[in-house]
Amino acid sequence: MTAMVKAEGVHKSYGTAHILKGIDLEVAPREVFCLVGPSGSGKSTFLRCINHLEQINAGRLSVDGRLVGYREKGDKLYELKDSEVAAHRRDIGMVFQRFNLFPHMTALENVMEAPIQVKGEAKAVARERAERLLDRVGLGDKSRNYPSQLSGGQQQRVAIARALAMEPKLMLFDEPTSALDPELVGDVLDVMRGLAEDGMTMIVVTHEMGFAREVGDALVFMDDGVVVEAGNPRDVLTNPQHDRTKAFLSKVL
Amino acid sequence: MTDKFDKAPAEEPPEDSPVAKAEATPASTAPPEQIKAIPVRHWGRWVSGVIVVALLGSLIYAFSQGNVQWGTVGDFIFDQRILEGMGRTLLISVLSMAIGLVLGVVFAVMRLSKNPVTGAVAWLYIWFFRGTPVFVQLLLWFNLALIFPILNIGFYKDEMVDVMTPFMVALLGLGLNEGAYMAEIVRAGIQSVDEGQTEAAHALGMKNSKTMRRVVLPQAMRVIVPPTGNEFINLLKTSSLVAVVTYVDLTRAAQNIGSTSFAVMEMLLVASVWYLVLTSIFSVGQYYLERRYARGSLRTLPPTPWQKVKRNLSSFSSPRGA
Repeated sequence: MTAMVKAEGVHKSYGTAHILKGIDLEVAPREVFCLVGPSGSGKSTFLRCINHLEQINAGRLSVDGRLVGYREKGDKLYELKDSEVAAHRRDIGMVFQRFNLFPHMTALENVMEAPIQVKGEAKAVARERAERLLDRVGLGDKSRNYPSQLSGGQQQRVAIARALAMEPKLMLFDEPTSALDPELVGDVLDVMRGLAEDGMTMIVVTHEMGFAREVGDALVFMDDGVVVEAGNPRDVLTNPQHDRTKAFLSKVL
Repeated sequence: MTDKFDKAPAEEPPEDSPVAKAEATPASTAPPEQIKAIPVRHWGRWVSGVIVVALLGSLIYAFSQGNVQWGTVGDFIFDQRILEGMGRTLLISVLSMAIGLVLGVVFAVMRLSKNPVTGAVAWLYIWFFRGTPVFVQLLLWFNLALIFPILNIGFYKDEMVDVMTPFMVALLGLGLNEGAYMAEIVRAGIQSVDEGQTEAAHALGMKNSKTMRRVVLPQAMRVIVPPTGNEFINLLKTSSLVAVVTYVDLTRAAQNIGSTSFAVMEMLLVASVWYLVLTSIFSVGQYYLERRYARGSLRTLPPTPWQKVKRNLSSFSSPRGA
């Protein structure tokens, strides 16, 4: 079985700031893969490299056997065109910390937008799926509302539905509950739990250790741009081996 | 010091004393008694109001005494030549604005592009057309034949004086000038859209061009529309400058009649009336346009004037809670 995401010695820096210092990891299909660590450790940056929102400086990063952002021909790498990068991203859904819903469209239009505009799908087909997805995230009755008329938790669930509308092979979650009121976190985690049960491959950057322990199949603790510890979430969270992991977990658990 | 603390609890009446009860019961049932206070007198407002009314009155008096033939203003307000001039003013304003809008979007995108050449060219264009007076620009187009007697662009060749009709001069002069201002307005609008929107669109697989068209520009419109409305109203009035390049717009038509009939001031007043009518109409249009692009950014849209009228009428015919 080939890995859904494979990173080998991935480096990323902005000017002189070295954010990722050689990341090696593999995410298997149907796996819920949790990335935890203190802020500034590079976990969000790594996530954004996977769908080429950020370009890596060194190493190799591939999704479903395809290099991210490049084509390999012989021993040379060729940068992909805008349209080719866009085509790669179709299969990778992403959910942002700040939701980033399109504010000028209703919830339904947000979910319908990409299938129609990117895949050229018929409006009726896109609408039917969008309604089904909004029902699934528990917002069937909010489809006519604009994002500004929804709570943070509702917006994030629309954002998940929007990403799912492209029927991705892989879902990236960038701290999906960090901008939410504590009482709204549960609804979003429930939706994510349902996705995991359906066998979606998910990479989740999170501070929700309960979610990681309960739903996660693998967990990586990152600090200062390197993977410090990796393993089964229940093992790592209850019995951390590394001092830095211990120090971090003692603060957040 | 100590006796202060000792006294304090003694002054408070006990919980079940008659005093406490008498105060508590009426407050909970009857509505509170409204405060009746003598309002502050705003003498300054009265004084300034009287002064302003007096000044306005004397201004109106001056005009009524001035040598203005108000009848002539009425006679010429629907004059054929005036109406034709107004039509041309409208035509040149709308077309110049259309050119300005297209150029504005193009040059704004050029300025924001990563290509240094297009960025520099856009900067140069804005620098020149915003940095020189539109009056001078109109004269430059008008006199283009002095330096290029023949226009030759490969597939098309003609005498410059034949190409540069008053209409073309007015169109190019106003349109290119407007484009420079619109470029800056559009750029500000595009930059006002959160970067997360572009990222979300990219993450869904949208290309740059589609992201701009479907996600960024519609949101930028909310920032672009109000200043654009101002620009158009400005342009409508600035278009009176085309009179110098012999284009017979509203101002020129009024001047032509004024110089032959010796009713100079009257004709300028006629022109002013029509300019006011036009700008008023477009101000209303701007209101509706802004409302259209506020979708999603406001929880409830403000009612249109027409909706307000309808609501007032319906509440009038069937009073609620009767």
